[in-house]
Amino acid sequence: MQKRTFGAYSGWSLALAIVMFYALLPVLWLISLSLKTPATVSDKKFIPQDVTFDNYTALFHGGFDSPLLRPLINSVAIASIATFIAVTLASFTAYAIARLTFPGKSVILAGALAIAMFPPISVVGPLFDMWRRLGLYDTYPGLIIPYLTFALPLAIYTLVAFFREIPWELEQAAQVDGATPWQAFTKVILPLAAPGVFTAAILVFIFAWNDFVFAITLTSSDSARTVPAALAFFTGDSQFTAPTGNIAAAAVLVTIPIIVFVLIFQRRIVAGLTAGAVKG
Amino acid sequence: MTAVPIGRKAAAKKSGGPTQTSDRTKAERKLALMLCAPAVVCMLLVTLYPILYAIVLSVQKVDLRFPDESGFVGLSNYVSVLTSPLWWQDVFNTSLVTVVSVVIELVLGMGLALVMHRALFARGLIRTSVLIPYGIVTVVAAFAWFFAFDPTSGFVNSLPFIPDDKAWFGNRGSAFEVIILTEIWKTTPFMALLLLAGLATIDEGLYEAARVDGANAWQRFFRITLPLLRPALLVALLFRTLDAFRVFDSIFIMTRGSQDTESVSILGYNQLISRLNLGLGSAVSVLIFILVLLIAFVFVRFLGTAVPSSQGEK
Repeated sequence: MQKRTFGAYSGWSLALAIVMFYALLPVLWLISLSLKTPATVSDKKFIPQDVTFDNYTALFHGGFDSPLLRPLINSVAIASIATFIAVTLASFTAYAIARLTFPGKSVILAGALAIAMFPPISVVGPLFDMWRRLGLYDTYPGLIIPYLTFALPLAIYTLVAFFREIPWELEQAAQVDGATPWQAFTKVILPLAAPGVFTAAILVFIFAWNDFVFAITLTSSDSARTVPAALAFFTGDSQFTAPTGNIAAAAVLVTIPIIVFVLIFQRRIVAGLTAGAVKG
Repeated sequence: MTAVPIGRKAAAKKSGGPTQTSDRTKAERKLALMLCAPAVVCMLLVTLYPILYAIVLSVQKVDLRFPDESGFVGLSNYVSVLTSPLWWQDVFNTSLVTVVSVVIELVLGMGLALVMHRALFARGLIRTSVLIPYGIVTVVAAFAWFFAFDPTSGFVNSLPFIPDDKAWFGNRGSAFEVIILTEIWKTTPFMALLLLAGLATIDEGLYEAARVDGANAWQRFFRITLPLLRPALLVALLFRTLDAFRVFDSIFIMTRGSQDTESVSILGYNQLISRLNLGLGSAVSVLIFILVLLIAFVFVRFLGTAVPSSQGEK
């Protein structure tokens, strides 16, 4: 065993400080920029001299015609719906893979893995063409469908790993003790499966929330454009003022939910991320 | 964290294997196929079908600006792409970003994983910190670093030893430095977490034994940690290499490919979406797909990466 000396503790504290600095530096810089006034935005200082929230309020000025409100609603709706569908479909598949015997199991897993490595840019052109013909271009389903598909492998791998660790024999034990199959499922299996399902949902949501390639290729207006795509096409009040403060404010706003997620669910996210990738 | 087959064994026992009546087996297969069908159909429709469609488009002249001139042109789109210096430049750029960022990530990620593995306290805090870059939207990360290096408003140029007026994005080399830095910042945590999970599977007793035998810290790392970490390491490398090869978001935000910083994905985007040249753009898409297949093949065939699917029962 390592001796837990004062030196070890201070070394560890230093490492912790370095890691936190590394992770938070760009976020802090964005927060700083977002609070600066137009006059001080170029002062290169980390602490804003005059604090203003104008950059934030400007993002929502004008309601549905504002730069951020529609994209924000689109992002939340599209990512949530894609997450719900992907996790539902992946749960069926993962249950079958973890619990049932059938041929083609390894084919499905290998196929899912292949899709996890698939370059999205390779399907963007055909999807662009297909979606225009099918009327899905620049609509919610037009983004939900690719998101849920590309998130399925991640969700399936995470759920298979979790489902394999569920002691399924408890289901029978409960039935022996007089529970109906439905009770055995809802009272015994569901609570055991919920953390895995939830973890998969978090990972899928982060994936859909993060996407940029599909968001800029399969949309053309605010009717389905998500926040990352909207950010890339932000314009200032005039053509010649770079909207640094506004972009920074919007960037901070879309980062807050992620930081909250990560703070609350860090243990689960780590378990989910590493679930499929390490050989048992 | 690893899928140790406790539940699996029980499940296998319960389903009885081949000795059970075939009716039961059949019913189980039917249920399994029904459960898998929606996800499988979805994956095939949105990836396999479009890639086949891309192959079809790539041998035709399809330019949405000139819809009347469509027609079969054979391999001439591929010839155009493969003989253009821009394609090879972009392949080089993409490979450069991939190799440099993955190598640095590997070293940093390994250090981070070792630090996290030996955590004395505040485990949750360090985990949260490293998950922030992972969770943050890539476009946001790109903007954050873009603004940090921006000569008019960024803080980087006010740091010591850096010229105040250095135009980071005005020159290919320095633009790549920032792009690669962004990639590394964003994805090192993912690498570290995969390696950390690998570290957790190593038996602590081995280190004790090595220490008793007089091995120093370096020897323990190179003789025990690295060899035992090899499977996890290769999987992490494979995932990150393929992911880095898709580099798009940060380049799009920072330079849009100017100063010769274009990646193959940006080239595909420009042809397909900006120029609406679906034929030529699809040829680029198919070539990118082939390159990704090649990388995966090299990892699995020559480096012996045991892809996670092989842990599923045969």
